[in-house]
Amino acid sequence: MAMTLTAPARPWAHPWVRFGVRRLRRLLVSLWILVTASFAMIHLIPGDPVRGALGTTAPADLVEARRHALGLDDPILVQYFHYLKGLVTGDLGSSLASQLPVSGVVAQRLPATLSLAVLAFLASVALAIPLGVVTGVLTRRGHGRRTELAFTTTSIIIATIPDFLIGVALVYVFGIELGWLPVAGDDTAASYVLPVFSLAIGPAAILARIVRVEMVGVLEADFVRTARAKRLPARTIYVGHALPNAVTAALTVGGLLLSALVAGTVLVENVFAWPGLGSTIVRSILTKDYPVVQAIVLVYGVGVLITNLVVDVALALLDPRSKIRED
Amino acid sequence: MQGRWRRVVRTPLGLTATVLVVAVVALAVLAPVLWGSGADDVDTDAILAQPSAEHWAGTDNLGRDILLRVLVASRLSILLALLAIVIAVVAGLLLGSAPFVLGRRFGRLVAAGVNTAVAFPGLLLALFFAVVFGVGATGAVLAIGLAGAPGFARLTQTLVAGVAARDYVAAARTMGIGRFRILVRHVLPNIGEPLVVNATIGAGNALLSFAGLSFLGLGVQSPSYDWGRLLYDGIGTIYVNAAAALAPGAAVLLAGLAFNLFGESVAKGLGVPVGIGMRAVMATRAGSPSGPEPTGHDEEAEDRPSDVVLDVRDLEVTVAGPSGPVRPVRGVSFDVRRGEAVGIVGESGSGKSLTALAVTRLLADHARVDAARLEFLGNDLLAPDTPVRRRMLGTTLAMVFQDPMTAFNPTRRIGAQLAEVATHHQGMGRREALARAVDRLASVRIPDADARVRQYPHEFSGGMRQRAMIGMGLMGTPALIVADEPTTALDVTVQQQVLDLLAAIRAADDVALVLISHDVTVVGEVCDRTLVMYAGRIVEDLPAAALATGARHPYTRALVDAVPDMTTDLAKPLATIPGRPVDPADVPSGCAYADRCPLADDRCRAEDPPLAAEPGGSPRHRVACWHAGEPLPARPALDELVESP
Amino acid sequence: MSELRFDDVTVRYGRTTAVDGVSLTVPEGAVVGLVGESGSGKSTLARAAVGLAPLTGGRITLGGAPVPTRGRPRPLQIVFQDPYSSLDPRMTVGESVAEAMPPGGSRADRRAEVARLLALVHLDPVCAGVVPARLSGGQRQRVALARALAARPRVIIADEITSALDVSVQGAVLNVVRELQRELGLAMLFISHNLAVVRYVASHVAVMRHGRVVEQGPTTRVLTEPGHDYTRELLAAVPGRTTQRSRP
Repeated sequence: MAMTLTAPARPWAHPWVRFGVRRLRRLLVSLWILVTASFAMIHLIPGDPVRGALGTTAPADLVEARRHALGLDDPILVQYFHYLKGLVTGDLGSSLASQLPVSGVVAQRLPATLSLAVLAFLASVALAIPLGVVTGVLTRRGHGRRTELAFTTTSIIIATIPDFLIGVALVYVFGIELGWLPVAGDDTAASYVLPVFSLAIGPAAILARIVRVEMVGVLEADFVRTARAKRLPARTIYVGHALPNAVTAALTVGGLLLSALVAGTVLVENVFAWPGLGSTIVRSILTKDYPVVQAIVLVYGVGVLITNLVVDVALALLDPRSKIRED
Repeated sequence: MQGRWRRVVRTPLGLTATVLVVAVVALAVLAPVLWGSGADDVDTDAILAQPSAEHWAGTDNLGRDILLRVLVASRLSILLALLAIVIAVVAGLLLGSAPFVLGRRFGRLVAAGVNTAVAFPGLLLALFFAVVFGVGATGAVLAIGLAGAPGFARLTQTLVAGVAARDYVAAARTMGIGRFRILVRHVLPNIGEPLVVNATIGAGNALLSFAGLSFLGLGVQSPSYDWGRLLYDGIGTIYVNAAAALAPGAAVLLAGLAFNLFGESVAKGLGVPVGIGMRAVMATRAGSPSGPEPTGHDEEAEDRPSDVVLDVRDLEVTVAGPSGPVRPVRGVSFDVRRGEAVGIVGESGSGKSLTALAVTRLLADHARVDAARLEFLGNDLLAPDTPVRRRMLGTTLAMVFQDPMTAFNPTRRIGAQLAEVATHHQGMGRREALARAVDRLASVRIPDADARVRQYPHEFSGGMRQRAMIGMGLMGTPALIVADEPTTALDVTVQQQVLDLLAAIRAADDVALVLISHDVTVVGEVCDRTLVMYAGRIVEDLPAAALATGARHPYTRALVDAVPDMTTDLAKPLATIPGRPVDPADVPSGCAYADRCPLADDRCRAEDPPLAAEPGGSPRHRVACWHAGEPLPARPALDELVESP
Repeated sequence: MSELRFDDVTVRYGRTTAVDGVSLTVPEGAVVGLVGESGSGKSTLARAAVGLAPLTGGRITLGGAPVPTRGRPRPLQIVFQDPYSSLDPRMTVGESVAEAMPPGGSRADRRAEVARLLALVHLDPVCAGVVPARLSGGQRQRVALARALAARPRVIIADEITSALDVSVQGAVLNVVRELQRELGLAMLFISHNLAVVRYVASHVAVMRHGRVVEQGPTTRVLTEPGHDYTRELLAAVPGRTTQRSRP
């Protein structure tokens, strides 16, 4: 950990503390915006949400009773405070369709989505970074033009194919034609293979491309020239000097990709009938079960915010300058 | 602009992409006209049929031909995607330019909002908006459009900030032009290209997002159909007729690829054109003769004094240029003796920095270096690289570069970067190497060395970093320091400290110095000898003391005259050299300085003069000029110096 | 009365004070040099004068009245250091110069005025139809000067305008500066870190360090008999003092 030698006289002026405070402040603001947005989502919908959920043929007094039970007759601000209070106590409301507590639904479906997203992220990174670094060295300035063309074109094509299409193709090839792997549910370890692959391959292609570009850029940097002037062996230059600097830049994008992965689970889960939040949210949108939708949007949002926080902390650890950089 | 777009289409990638895009657009326009009615033909006898000669992709649950439906769906799919991207770009443009127009306080608010929204992935935002606007085509367009807006806003913000930092925007503000007019007249035209490229790629992504939403059932609803809707229907029957899902899937893929590839190749094409490639440069031997044959130096080869540290003969550097190989260094010969300080002076395009990098073998990857002889301490530097040679160079040759801010690895401590030299080349252990690093930092007068050694480069000032660079070179026992513009980026008082330090090191250990600079006065003060370079050649090699009054090449004299110093005559206009320094890609035959030289005649323009000592002159003073030493004509009056582009 | 006065000017960014109580005068028709090293605050002072940096304290007046920092007309113009950033790459030279001119006048009048301004800085009027990429650094700086002149300023601030130029073309720009002062009576605040250049163009000089003016006065006096230690330090650091040059 980098400690400045002249420790400031006032401990709260220490760079890590200032960084922590800044980051926390940003997290709280984003959290508040997220929560308010998910609250507003329901109230922006034209028409009556309860009527929409229960259907046009439901009796009027049932709709009234449900509205009253959900507190939808209270003034907006009161509803807002109820909502916030509910979040803090863990009460996410009840499903309009099943009457079951939403927090239960979320708790039941979250692990499947989380395991999928984390595995896909690890697979993505494990594939992309070594590939990007090696290709970067091969295509440094003045070298490997054909390699660069092939690599870039391939990664664009792979990245363009939407994850759900890959999923569908895989379902067809491996599930229907060949029958090698399961294509629905998460019963066995083998069931993870196809969904993780569908989810990870696109982001891996994008990440590899970015790592390559960063690597090529870093290899042109002045400090790499200095390392060459010190006549260090090539491996030391690439791994010891260039790689850490290339990774920090790729990390910022990696963070965005992780967020995108979280969203990608929505589509992939629907292809593979995966029992996670993704399939639930789609069903809930179609059946207009808004409390469930609201809660899942919240969960996804919080997941994204946490990922960004982790990325920022990792960046601060890797690059000593980044934590003193004010936003 | 025309030429660049044409170049894009000429690459294989660009051509493929352009053809694809044109095909897709043509399909979108023509398909409903040609096959619209056919696609709606219901045939209850052929429900969910397999692919056949009559229906190439089979039929759906109402007996309609799937292939025709896929073709006809192109119009709706493309239209919706374009609509969505237009919304995204317009909203993004407004939000992204807002900080520039609104000023600091509100601008920061908008920027913070955008940055928060960008953190959320597009699909999530699309789902959010889909809930608000409801399922169906309109809702989906708004959802995808608004979900894409933060990304474009962030891009616009970055681009606008980049342009806003340019001086011409500041100049417009000082002229009194309003922010909005500056945005429209200066900022937007200069960010147009990257925006258009990203919008094209965005169109491709919008298409794919649409397919995704429809696939989930949230997009286009029956009876309308786009590719996503067809996919949704097809997945349901995938076990019965796979083609029902694969056909729309393939269509989405091709169209999305078309847009993305097109955008990418345009992006590549509008950037800096890549040269002919290093392989071509390395393969061909330098064609035309590099100039006058080196004469008179071969006799010196036999009785070369043994205290020569660096010996360079006929050095040439070739790089890849936009239209063929370029030789920024065209035949440079000089030597450096033990303890001697040699300065290389030149302006932009003279090749002085490349010369320094070439003789120290730091150009291997980027350029081809040829020389009749290149020896350092008796070792042939043209031979292939070996660990032994690397160790030798790492400990006896020190380099100092121009920009101290970027010369160190920002993610590692200074001490570690110095110690690396000792651990790799001097066989020291980590603790011993670190101790030596502390010692070296102290020797270059960095105060508090044992504390400083654990700091990161950004905690050092510019002058201190430069001294640390020198300290790093002193980890071994250098016989030669090559310094490329070491003080250009420093304040004049700091410059003095660094130059004093170099002088002290030289005196203490008899270390030779090659100092490259554009500043004649610095070179004149620090060095024993000066080499003046112009257009890749040395035009004069003279003792530094002779610079002020004894220069014999017209360029050297003009250079010396053009620099104002504390004794410049205030009553007269400053000397200038008409014209511009030579572009390395476009070196004229004959003497390269002839176009700007008041003494030039036909012989100068035809024959390149060799660098040689003048008969009757000192052997230590060489000039490359047919009219060396001749009196210069009187300087023209100011009025005649009207310049054209 | 076109005297540019800085009265106890302070510029603060957050916690750092870039300019600390600077008082300076540019008399009518005179070129005043402002020297200092990096961090001295000289560029910040210039930017504060034209409204590009916030004025935390003190006043900046032109002819007694505060310098306008909004709208037109703007009698105080500035020329920047980087020749590759000072002109819009998508506008021709003529368009860039004309943009600074006060509104009004027919197309022909404006074209003639652009030609006149380009001639003033010794550029062929044919340059007006050319984009900046076709010009050298020195030529671009002169276009920037012409643009500043187009706004009919009373005082021009030149912020390190020759520092990024090759030595062989630097002289042309400096000669133009001297000529403008001599023939048009143009007043200028000439900022530079190069003492020799300032000596050549300026009749008065002020030395700044860490946001403060440590010494000011007539150029000949300050540079031959410096009163402040820092000025002495600067003078001692100027290279080439040991290699005197005498013209044949």
